[in-house]
Amino acid sequence: MAGFNKTKITPPRWLLAELTYACPLQCPYCSNPIDYAKYQSELTTEDWKRVLTQARKMGAVQLGFSGGEPLTRKDLIELVRHARELGYYSNLITSGYGLSEEKIIQLKEAGLDHIQVSIQASTQELSDHLAGTESYQHKKEVARLVKKHGYPMVLCVVIHRENIHQMPQILEMAEELGADYLELANTQYYGWAHVNRDLLLPTKEQFEQAEQIAQAFKEKVAGKMKIYYVVPDFYEDRPKACMNGWGTTFLTIAPDGVALPCHSARELPGLDCPNVKEYSIEQIWNESKAFNFFRGFEWMKEPCRSCDEKEKDFGGCRCQAYLLSGDMYNADPVCSKSPDHAVIQQAIDSARASTLSADEKPLIFRNSKNSRILS
Amino acid sequence: MTINPDLPFKFSPLHRLQWEEAQQKDVILYPEGMVELNQSSAEILKLCDGTRNLTQIVAELEQKFATTGLTKDITTFLEIALKNGWIQQN
Repeated sequence: MAGFNKTKITPPRWLLAELTYACPLQCPYCSNPIDYAKYQSELTTEDWKRVLTQARKMGAVQLGFSGGEPLTRKDLIELVRHARELGYYSNLITSGYGLSEEKIIQLKEAGLDHIQVSIQASTQELSDHLAGTESYQHKKEVARLVKKHGYPMVLCVVIHRENIHQMPQILEMAEELGADYLELANTQYYGWAHVNRDLLLPTKEQFEQAEQIAQAFKEKVAGKMKIYYVVPDFYEDRPKACMNGWGTTFLTIAPDGVALPCHSARELPGLDCPNVKEYSIEQIWNESKAFNFFRGFEWMKEPCRSCDEKEKDFGGCRCQAYLLSGDMYNADPVCSKSPDHAVIQQAIDSARASTLSADEKPLIFRNSKNSRILS
Repeated sequence: MTINPDLPFKFSPLHRLQWEEAQQKDVILYPEGMVELNQSSAEILKLCDGTRNLTQIVAELEQKFATTGLTKDITTFLEIALKNGWIQQN
């Protein structure tokens, strides 16, 4: 047994409420599981209210309403109101699709603190292509309305090979829309992004150039706009400190009520992730097998176990270790100390070969049909 | 970012200052982030309500804690708060 050691358990601070897997968009880098289409059931309004109440009592304070597209839930305003009464800081993480001015006002009145709008690229053609749905103009309009109604506006753009060349125009767009925060999220290769990696992973030169442009922009807009830069870990020497350590800070609840230590964790074998319909958040956080599995350092294999950096990065990401090395106990292969580190270079080489290939495969879009085919 | 000594400070409408029972601390909340405050920082920020300038904040806190010589520490913290966008002037 990996976990069940005497690590001191800290309370959750971040609750990610994935209200639904339904989404009008089809982004080929979606972080939802590949087999999402088989999870049809969704928690009821009462279930969600109970989850919010219990997690808040334990100390969770940041709350993300996510999905899928959270706007497809009819009870969103009711849940936002409940969250405000409990004292959460509520973030709506949305594509903006179907968000009207009336709804923006209603959500504000219900107590929503912040709306994060994602745009796929700086041009309509590419943005609509990546979203798999015509949405670009409406998203820009939503971004303006979010500002107009006094919310802090976070613009999120996921970066990959199809749009990385647009970095200067993406930054211009953020400035023009008056974003208070810009999240430049280099694609993390899980879920759908893993399937499409050959087509999405940029070259090192592309990364470095884009990063330089973003860095110069960051200095230019200092004091006006904050930039969150999600690091492209395939080009790093050390892995990310995933989730700030397993079961220390983050709690994700999937649409069907399964509680996860990170939003990809349902892909890991044998965790027996508990469901909020059967257990309280306190039981899940403190006592469940899943949340104790990778707490502390006892579970580690070499080279992590004796590594003097293990308290800094916790051995990296368990899901990435599993996806790329086949063993979730291994060091994250991103780490140059990992015996599996060569798989990273192989992935980079394979992606580069794919750009040069005459018959490049098409992107696989995230939709129910593809979900059923792939799972 | 420098402080204008004449203008009052106001807490940013894009942030929220809140007491957290579970942490027994005041915190600043903003999109996807949180800053935990010590008691003196929280006391300063609570006075940034759009009515007090630097001199008035110093005077009020020196009186409240029956001490003197807080100007330097309070100025340093307000500069940090301005730079981070937690508070505003004008």
